[in-house]
Parts: sequence; structure tokens; C-alpha cells
Amino acid sequence: MDFPSTQFVPSRIMGTYQPIHQIGMWGENFKSIGNPSISASVIVEVDNKLENESETASHEMPAPSCKHDQEASKPFDKIQRRLAQNREAARKSRLRKKAYVQQLESSRLKLMQLEKELEQAREQGLYIGGGLEAGHLGFSGAVSPGIAVFEMEYKHWMQVQNRQLGELRTALNAQISDIELRIVVENGMSHYFELFRMKSTVAKADVFYVMSGTWKTSAERFFSWIGGFRPSELLKVLLAQLDPLTDQQIFEVCNLKQSCQQAEDALSQGMEKLQETVSATLAAGQLGQGTYFPQVAMAMEKLEALVCFVNQADHLRQETLQQMSHILTTRQAARGLLALGEYIQRLQDLSTLWATHPREPA
Amino acid sequence: MDKVMRLTTERGVVLFSKSSCCLCYAVKILFQELGVTPTIHEIDQDPEGREMERALMRLGCKAPVPAVFIGGKLVGSTNEVMSLHLGGGLIPLLRPYQAFC
Repeated sequence: MDFPSTQFVPSRIMGTYQPIHQIGMWGENFKSIGNPSISASVIVEVDNKLENESETASHEMPAPSCKHDQEASKPFDKIQRRLAQNREAARKSRLRKKAYVQQLESSRLKLMQLEKELEQAREQGLYIGGGLEAGHLGFSGAVSPGIAVFEMEYKHWMQVQNRQLGELRTALNAQISDIELRIVVENGMSHYFELFRMKSTVAKADVFYVMSGTWKTSAERFFSWIGGFRPSELLKVLLAQLDPLTDQQIFEVCNLKQSCQQAEDALSQGMEKLQETVSATLAAGQLGQGTYFPQVAMAMEKLEALVCFVNQADHLRQETLQQMSHILTTRQAARGLLALGEYIQRLQDLSTLWATHPREPA
Repeated sequence: MDKVMRLTTERGVVLFSKSSCCLCYAVKILFQELGVTPTIHEIDQDPEGREMERALMRLGCKAPVPAVFIGGKLVGSTNEVMSLHLGGGLIPLLRPYQAFC
């Protein structure tokens, strides 16, 4: 493939970026690399040099991989713009997060102060409000900033998700090149991987929070398996949407589904074993004597394993997505992501409908 | 560590585990489902367990257990085993050792 380097640099970039010889270097690299994913990381490297940014913003939004294409000069522009947009979005997200955490910390201190005053007032015999059992709301230090940050980030994640679904719909209806569609698909995949990273972080802070799925809607919770969807269930939903598949593809997807199910079974049985272990530890010794701290402490130790299980389950979800993206064509992958996203939207709408439909008075 | 090196070169599927580890239990179940009976070494029940743990971590296992070796080569921990299985690469490795009753 031939990339005359001078053609590559639009004049508006010239003013702010480093001289062309670096682009020339990139062009040389691109020529000799046959592996699409390597060339993608080269793009990111040069991009960083070009922008002269010390911040490694791009690691949060991994560069999309592009296939070789004879007329790549137009999408190159779009790729650059898209990467710059991603970096900007990531930067803004970090600033938002920082501001929010600072706000949370000061609120938390205020709350602790208020609770103290409340307790003092109660002791003096003044009854204030109802249902505020001491410690039950758990404000004294137990409102984990990790959870609050996650909820804020998840809300933003859903907004981006919905925007991406719109982009997928548009992209599939328009006549765009495979390269551009690939970018949209990679963005979608990266977005899910971002969610798994967020979940891993908050699981360290409070694994029960992730297991309970309070951050999701009620219908989604109904299908919950170790803190999220069962990969094999999602494959079933997807399979029906992806016709026509070649025989080879059907074979591979079925194998994937079977491997998923086997892995899920293994993890489920491991979880049962964990439940038995925690239960046995907690119930050790005589129940009813009133002193039980050692059992509770030991049970807590056993519970640490739950974090591993949640991570493994998310790892399974991520691997399933990866494998599907290898088996499917770009177009099929785009349709798959759209189908998946809309399936989840339907679940969320179901939750809303359920919450608001009139019921018999108790 | 000699003991660990000797054990890893045993023929077939070798699993280093701890009897209290539920993730290890999950890996055992997976092998069972795939018709394989691994040689299991419960290092928490071994007097040299601590040493074995250190040796396994030196070999590259982030968590000492579960650690899976097939035909003398380190496959890895739960992550690697799951990835390999979903990618279709685990069953070919296990084929010589599979026995479906």
C-alpha cells in the first residue's frame, strides 16, 4: 500500500502539530505492517506525539483497529477526529469525576456532623422524624464514594450507550465503508469493556453492591447472574438476529455457546460452594450463645472470594464479546451490537412499564 | 522449586489448588464437564505448601491457585483457562487426556 506522506497532513494540522517527517515515519510503518491491530496502536502513538500531550488519555479509549484500504486518506481524517473527540471526552469525564468526588467528600462530612447532632438530640429525649434508625442508613462512613462515583459514571455510560446505538443505526442504513463501520463497532466494544473496568473497581469497594445489581433496572436484575447477564443467554438472543450466517459461522457460534455454558456451569457451582462455605463458617460453634465474632470474621475472609467470581463472570462476558467479533463480519458485528443494545433498552422499558402500571389496591 | 517442577512435568493435566478455594473448585468442575480428570495437588494440605505457592508465583501465576499445567506447560489461572476454552483452544489440548465414561 502506498501512502505518500505529504498528502496525509491536512494544512490545518500543520500549524499545531510536529513537522511532516514524523508523519512520513508513520506512513512507512503503516506500509510495512500487515497486522491491522498493530497499525492501530501506531496511529495512537503518532497521534500522541502530534498532539504533544503528556497525558495518556488515549488508553481509556483504545484506538480502533482498521483494515487496510486503498483510499484510506478520507477515513484517516475521520479517524483523527474521532480519536481526538474520544480523548476530549475522556478528559472531561475525568474532570467531572474529580469535581464530583470532592463534592461527595464534603457532603459526607456534613452528613456525619448532622448524624452526630441527631444522636445528641435523641439522647436528650427529642424525637426527630421517623425511620431514621441509628446507623441503619449507614451514613457514618459507609456511603462508599466508590459506589457514588460508579452510579454517576454508569448514568453517563448509559447516555453514551444510547448515543452509540443511534450511531450504529445510522451507520447501518448509510453507505459507509467497512473501515468506518469497523470504528463504530470497536467503539461499541470498547464501551462495554469500559463498563467491566468500572464494575471491577466498584467490586473492590463493595462486592455486594455489584451482586445486587441495584444500579440496573428491575427487569435486568431478574436475569442477573453473578452481577450481570449470562453470556450464553445473550448469545441465544443474538443468534436469532444475525441471519444469514455461513455454515462455518453457525458452527463456531454454537461451539462458543457450548463453551460459555460449560464455563457458566463451573462458575455457578463454584458460587454454590462459596455459599456453603460461608454458611458453614458462620454457623460454626453453638448458635445462641451470643458471642460469635470469630465466626463472623472468618466468614468475611471467605467472602473475599466473591470479588474473584464477579471478575471471572465479567471476564467471561468480555471474552464472549471478543470471540463474537472475531467470528462475525463487521456488518454482522454492528447489527449484533445494535440488537444487544436494543434488547437491553426493551428490558429497561419493561421495568419502567412494570413500575408504573396500575395495580389492585392492597 | 524441585517439587513443583517435578509435579508440573507429570503427564496429563495438573491442577494446583487449595481445598478451601472455591474458584479452584469451579475449575475442577469445568474439567469434569470436559471429561478430564486432572491430577490435583492441594497445596494447603502439603507441608511444603508455602514454598510451592512461592514457586508457582515465580512461574508466572498471579494468584498461586488455581494453576493449570497441561503436558508440562503452564496454561495459567482461571482467566487463561476460560479464555482458552471460549476461543476453542482448550479442548484440543485436553483431547489426549479426555475419558468419557
